[in-house]
Amino acid sequence: MLRIPCPYCGERNYTEFTYGGDANQARPANPATVSDTEWEAFLYRRGNPAGEHIEYWQHSFGCRQWLKVVRDTVTHDIVSMGGHGMEGGEKA
Amino acid sequence: MTQPNRIAWDGLQIDRRRALSFRFNGKTYQGYEGDTLASALLANGVHLVGRSFKYHRPRGILSAGVEEPNALVELGREGAHQPNLRATEIPLFDGLEARSQNCWPSLKWDLGAAVQLASPMLTAGFYYKTFMQPSWAWRHYEKVIRKAAGLGKAPTVRDEARYDKRHQYCDLLVVGAGPAGLMAATSAARRSARVILVDERRELGGMLLEESVHIAGQTAKQWVQQTLAELEALETVTVLPRTTVFGRYRHGKFGLVQHTEQGQVLHSVHARRAVMATGAIERPMVFSDNDRPGVMLAGAIRRYIRCYGVVPGRRAAIFTNNDSAYETARCLREAGAEVAAIVDLRERAPSVAGLDDVEILTQAEVVGVQGSQHVKAVEIEVGSKRRRIACDLLCVSGGWTPTIHLLAHGGKDTLAYDAAWGAFIPTCSEPVPGIHATGACNGAQSLVNILAQGIAAGEAAAEALGCEAATPVALPEVQHRGGELSPSAAPVCEVRGGRGKKFVDLQDDVTVRDLELALREGYRSIEHVKRYTTLGMGTDQGRTSNINGMRIVAERLGKRIDEVGTTTFRPPFTPVSLGALAGRESDRRLDVLRRSPIHDWHVRNGAVFMPSGLWLRPQYYRRPGHGETLTEAARKEAANVRDKVGIADVSTLGKIEVQGRDAAEFLNRLYINRCGNVGLHKARYGVMLREDGFVFDDGTVVKLADNRYLISTTTVNAGAVLSHMEFHQQMVWPELSVHIEPVTEQWAVVALAGPASREVLARLMPEEDVSNQALPFLGYREVCFQGVTTRLFRISFSGELAYEIAVPADHGLTLWEALLEAGEPFGIMPYGLEAMDYLRIEKGHLIIGTDIDGRVTPHDIGLGGMIRGDDDFIGRRSLQRPALTEEGRPRLVGFVSADGETPIPASAQLVAERWTGTPQDSLGRITSPGFSPVLDCPIALGLAEVEAEGGSLYAVSPLTGEQAEVTVTRPVFHDPKGERLRG
Amino acid sequence: MTRYSVFSLVRHALRGHRHWPQALPDVSPSERYDVVIVGAGGHGLAAAYYLARKHGITNVAVIDKGWLGGGNVARNTTIVRSNYFHPARRAFTEHALKLWEGLSQELNYNVMFSQRGIINLAHSSGQIDELARRGNAMSVSGVVTELLSVEQIRERVPLLDTSPDARFPIKGGMIQHRAGTARHDAVAWGYARAAAKLGVHIIQNCEVTGIARSNGKVVGVETSRGKIGAARVALAAAGGSSRLAEMVGLRLPLENHLLQACVTEPVKPVLDSVVTHGVHNFYISQTDKGELVLGGDLDGYNNSTSVGDLPPLEAMVRTCLTLFPSLGQLRLMRSWGGVVDMSMDGSPILSKTSVDGLYINAGWCYGGFKATPAAGDVLAELIATDRTPELAKPFTLDRFASGRVVAEEGHGPRPWMYH
Repeated sequence: MLRIPCPYCGERNYTEFTYGGDANQARPANPATVSDTEWEAFLYRRGNPAGEHIEYWQHSFGCRQWLKVVRDTVTHDIVSMGGHGMEGGEKA
Repeated sequence: MTQPNRIAWDGLQIDRRRALSFRFNGKTYQGYEGDTLASALLANGVHLVGRSFKYHRPRGILSAGVEEPNALVELGREGAHQPNLRATEIPLFDGLEARSQNCWPSLKWDLGAAVQLASPMLTAGFYYKTFMQPSWAWRHYEKVIRKAAGLGKAPTVRDEARYDKRHQYCDLLVVGAGPAGLMAATSAARRSARVILVDERRELGGMLLEESVHIAGQTAKQWVQQTLAELEALETVTVLPRTTVFGRYRHGKFGLVQHTEQGQVLHSVHARRAVMATGAIERPMVFSDNDRPGVMLAGAIRRYIRCYGVVPGRRAAIFTNNDSAYETARCLREAGAEVAAIVDLRERAPSVAGLDDVEILTQAEVVGVQGSQHVKAVEIEVGSKRRRIACDLLCVSGGWTPTIHLLAHGGKDTLAYDAAWGAFIPTCSEPVPGIHATGACNGAQSLVNILAQGIAAGEAAAEALGCEAATPVALPEVQHRGGELSPSAAPVCEVRGGRGKKFVDLQDDVTVRDLELALREGYRSIEHVKRYTTLGMGTDQGRTSNINGMRIVAERLGKRIDEVGTTTFRPPFTPVSLGALAGRESDRRLDVLRRSPIHDWHVRNGAVFMPSGLWLRPQYYRRPGHGETLTEAARKEAANVRDKVGIADVSTLGKIEVQGRDAAEFLNRLYINRCGNVGLHKARYGVMLREDGFVFDDGTVVKLADNRYLISTTTVNAGAVLSHMEFHQQMVWPELSVHIEPVTEQWAVVALAGPASREVLARLMPEEDVSNQALPFLGYREVCFQGVTTRLFRISFSGELAYEIAVPADHGLTLWEALLEAGEPFGIMPYGLEAMDYLRIEKGHLIIGTDIDGRVTPHDIGLGGMIRGDDDFIGRRSLQRPALTEEGRPRLVGFVSADGETPIPASAQLVAERWTGTPQDSLGRITSPGFSPVLDCPIALGLAEVEAEGGSLYAVSPLTGEQAEVTVTRPVFHDPKGERLRG
Repeated sequence: MTRYSVFSLVRHALRGHRHWPQALPDVSPSERYDVVIVGAGGHGLAAAYYLARKHGITNVAVIDKGWLGGGNVARNTTIVRSNYFHPARRAFTEHALKLWEGLSQELNYNVMFSQRGIINLAHSSGQIDELARRGNAMSVSGVVTELLSVEQIRERVPLLDTSPDARFPIKGGMIQHRAGTARHDAVAWGYARAAAKLGVHIIQNCEVTGIARSNGKVVGVETSRGKIGAARVALAAAGGSSRLAEMVGLRLPLENHLLQACVTEPVKPVLDSVVTHGVHNFYISQTDKGELVLGGDLDGYNNSTSVGDLPPLEAMVRTCLTLFPSLGQLRLMRSWGGVVDMSMDGSPILSKTSVDGLYINAGWCYGGFKATPAAGDVLAELIATDRTPELAKPFTLDRFASGRVVAEEGHGPRPWMYH
């Protein structure tokens, strides 16, 4: 079973978490100024990699923190994770 | 009744002092405690046990374990029975009742066997080539095909068996308690690792129980018992017999099913490391009529003799391509049976002590089996000479297949073809990180090697786990009586000669000819072959057939086996009952319903409930002795609110408190109408969008204090809104200082609505000034009611003068009853969701889920005017996209029944013409049908592409045969200026 | 090529079945084709067949990195239906359903399309209204469906728990009689055989590694077996779509997710229709072999492999036993997963792309199998005419920028929520 190491609670079964999808693109700081195409890219276009994928999970049945997780969509290894400010992320 | 095939033998797993009586196909037999159904049947001389899937051929017991393809039975009372169980896996108990499957009228005389006459037609995939003309006839052909298919019957009465689930964590999971597994478990356990050792059989010891061997100076049975005793004495070790590891999942999780006296237990085991000591399974040979009852695997016969004291025949022939079957010959002779001949495919026979006087034929083949319901003789061919050998048992061995399924769950790249085994084995001793392969499943052949590998795997695992060092387990001395025989097999499993059918897959009746046909027709990928012929797709999952099938395919294609490759290995390793997978969480324990704090009062007072998300809410109240229908009751409840006063339990609405320095800013970004700017002690109705611009949820925002707000959500979206808010607070605007707290369950909330509601409130709280000036529309005040903090809101969903009163949840019932008492002089009545629906439709208030379904914009539903300011809020940018602003989008409109009488059907489509059955263009749909007590006329809300008020359409429901001509109106039917709720 | 019929079967039986011709010929790639279709699944093979049969374009190759029919056409739960609320989805699947109804004869290959009906269960008056909303939309457009009473459901599906105090008491249901199941592998094989007969090359074990362009126009594909020239290239590769589109710098509104299904051991017939239960997105049917086929929700997070996890199966089985309380002792025999290319609005993409001569058929989410004949037919027309066919107009790629999404369910761009 997929296990997610919550930085606040420790490693838990993924069934304690809710998936939040692709976390590659931040919400534009000022949406009014972006073009339809850019807005579409933010809303809908996805890298969909077979490999490392940055994604959101919320520890719904735990601390309720939203996390940014880098997970490999082939091996399902959690490569790194962190909170909002994560760039490269902490090593899991 | 006697057991003619039972003999006395040392070291048996059965207890002769405990005789058990059981019934098979209506006839009573005796067996012993420790027997399986298969061993007990064989003890009683019963070989014919079942019929095959396609041809209804008579079938007997082939094996002694999980690989059994033939001997499938129904166990237990009809209706509450378990179908398709393998007789080789059913422990015998007193009073056991089992039946054969897939035969009629009886196992011996099965009319279905007539299908064999047509068997030349019934080759692989024949159904793809016919039954096409005439086109309407397929459904009739199919009926016949469906009836013929299937094995057992599905149970029909509610399953009352007990199923439990356990979540377990261990350092090391050892799968298989044969010699390798026992050694691995002992090695790791001595180093203080927490070990779980499992084996699918009741009796542990694996292959040792069928071999004639001494270990460390003891019999195999004694050695196994001593080893287990050491393990079981340790608190850190759990031994689980009759437990199958059915699947390996990611991140070190294994699924296990344990069979106990009480029922089944599903263990979810998280193991830091695992040792696979799963052994090997013997393969049959493929030859003419190789499916006859009395043709059995050679190793299985050793097990029947040495574990159960059952000799399945008096005069046996043996057909083999490897040495291991010679041990069966020795074993049979020790048990007093005659060995008529050993037929060996190979050029040279091994020299095996104790078999000097047995006829051994080399370069010989079995080309036929006589006796349709039980072997009478075999025909053999040596060189060009044919011979008939009379026998009542044919022991076959086509080599052994290491059991590598769990290693391959998740990918086949862990395996490589090994010529000596004629099968796939792991590429190394740790083919998957953290998982060790050891013993026969890892390609070890001699017992000494198997034991040594077991010790090594246990040590390696303990080392990797960081366990402290301890005295290592010494490799025990092994003595084979008469010498050890190798399972290495000749690379041939198939006899070319012979006239009968040559079965590769016994359960699904797949023959060599079927495989050849598939290849001839171009189905050449092994997956195509499997799917076209159904090879390996039976309940035995091809355990005895896959390798033989692959070998034949490779040979015919002129390829190596590893070029042909295997099909995918998928969980479960053996079939797992649905009950075990569900555990106790099905039926009434699935999605446990939630109830409001006032629920019990509703029950006592005739409420009829309906689900709302996971909540149960009163739909209406069936007053005793009134015999009202839903509609009558709801109209009365609604009218009472309009005319007098009513109360409704709205505790289930989601409630979230938002606090912090930036709470107002946060709410402004969340709602389209700047709800953060609501005044102190004021409420504001707000609408939230998703980021894609469509309406997400609605509710009220109340400013309780500076930097402190309470928001309400719809019942069904409470969780989703909370998560949405937390996401934006934590991940999008973490710079905002906001704290979000769900408080839904902390409060019981009652809506008090109707012209008399102020009087009722004044009576309830005489000390409070509830006048229109003191508590105006959209006002809020915190008060004290019966000593507890109480929140008083002046908000209205019904369109009447109304309040919502919130008290801590455990005071909900007190409040409810006090309101009823205070309202008694005013004719107060509770009202349910149905009446609430009437009231809000009349008022043009919308409901998330029915009117608002995730596909409408604020403009579509007439709320575009709520959008305030130029600041960003969630969804604002998306609203500017062309498709969300274009003309012609369906918009919210109201409808009244044109004749003032005909009800507007629920879920109706809107069309231009009266419905006569001819398809028409849809102009929209009714979202909320209702009845207006004020207008005394059916009304409705809907989404439609219509222009003008006053236009006429038809609301049609072809499904129910209802329709009504409707007139388009504004989507508010009652008090459009809102004077009543402000008054 | 031998025509399949009971007569040819008898004739060949008399000759020991030794002379059946190859149904699936294996060919090596030629240097150039008019059209290359990437992905020898149901959609790709069907498109090749209709290109040859309806448009006379026979210089066509269908190439696949694995074995033909090895993707989702081999992994679905075989359900065919057109009971959609959204008019565009309904029109498309209705076109497919009409093609399904004559498909065995059209292909001269029995795909066992079996119109055993699909029953959607309702467990509250609200759910009946929801079904009726869909049913009325279907009926008004001429797609017949019918509401069922509890008694009618009990009669059709006796093993269902229809007691009023059940956890999910059954209040009614809706049936589309023309819906049903088909033998999934046979669909791929039947289209492959029929297309091959018309001259289409089906090339297996040939992986596309690049899409060759010249002046913004497609000129072929690079593969593990060399360069193959083509004036037009169509992608019909489901879970492989994003990777392929990336080769021309195109990022798609798709995510790969895993959908699991399982079958029980075979039993004698107990379930004639397909039964679905919307609360947990559970569906069940019985194959001609007797296995009960169970399907449920997505695993719920992006996944590029077909290997699933246990909790979704447990959830599926919990629902099954809640609805069918007698089946606890029946055993699950095989489980598997399929990578589904989930789109951002839950609807497919059938579209031209920004690259001239490159077409895409993807994003079929859960629903690719049922659409197979129509997807093939419409994709063939798109390729042959270079014009967007009427049925494909709602499904073009540009709908995401404009916001003209085709949402059967309103979950927004959260593909793992779609069913």
